[in-house]
Amino acid sequence: MNRFVLPLIIFFVLIIFLGVGLKLKPREVPSPLVGKMAPTFHLAQLHDASKTITPEELRGKVWLLNVWASWCVTCRQEHPLLVEMSRRNIVPIVGLNYKDKREDGVDWLQKLGNPYVLSAYDHEGTAGIDWGVYGVPETFVIDKAGIIRHKVIGAITPDVIQDKLIPLIKELNGA
Amino acid sequence: MLNKLLFTLLLVFTLPLAHAGEAVPTTDDPVLEKRVMAVADKLRCLVCQNQTIADSHAELAIDLKNQVREKLRQGQSEQQVLDYMVARYGDFVLFQPQVKSTTWLLWFGPFVFLGLGFVVLIAMLRKRRQLIQQAPGLSSEEHARAASLLAGTDK
Repeated sequence: MNRFVLPLIIFFVLIIFLGVGLKLKPREVPSPLVGKMAPTFHLAQLHDASKTITPEELRGKVWLLNVWASWCVTCRQEHPLLVEMSRRNIVPIVGLNYKDKREDGVDWLQKLGNPYVLSAYDHEGTAGIDWGVYGVPETFVIDKAGIIRHKVIGAITPDVIQDKLIPLIKELNGA
Repeated sequence: MLNKLLFTLLLVFTLPLAHAGEAVPTTDDPVLEKRVMAVADKLRCLVCQNQTIADSHAELAIDLKNQVREKLRQGQSEQQVLDYMVARYGDFVLFQPQVKSTTWLLWFGPFVFLGLGFVVLIAMLRKRRQLIQQAPGLSSEEHARAASLLAGTDK
């Protein structure tokens, strides 16, 4: 009887570890930028190369920075949700068009709708590196003081909007 | 069979030769390029997580290498460039984890388990020796039977 106890314990410990391992998402590397000031950038706007955009312009507002590209399949998947969010006026969304062709980016917004109050054009991806972007889409929540409060890696889902983004935005706006 | 063996041997011995040359971006400064690769060798590619950005051909890795080159060219030290990357991508971007309180288990855990293994081993060996000492000796009758079994004259 006794000799079964130890293997059984080891078995259950193993099961627990494997179970926890299944829940881990190694693709989602937590950003060290959460809780820190948003890195600045000076980028041309997507629709008008002569105009620039910097995060400082949005100081005093809670806003989202959505990093996207026309070549990114997952971005297409989350796009309708962003359009819906902008239609409901939940929060100003700034687009960061990442390593894209300008025409392709403009074209995409024309066809699929433009949820962004402003669109920055990061052709070389340097602003992306400053923000720790390693895959698109990524979405940052920035508070009134310009501090990054949350980062969504990968596509936004209705659950993420309902359970995370809307409560967080409400909280940040209320403060 | 022999053919297969020869082929395997051939493969094994020529494999080191097949190591493809990595795509080195053209710069006119081999010293700088060497430093770039040294730093790139310490950084993890977050797209293909088990590769360094020196090994990787992912677009992000190429961008990061360019960024490293740019920073080094501006006169930043290797450590400054690594710190820059950690500030943006977190500790995970370092291919070799740093030794600090949160990674002690990672670094020293295996040695702790090795030590535990030795403790268990020694305890078992002691117990076994005790058991041997405590085992009752054979009676002369049993001795005789054992001897006959060994000699093969039993039955």
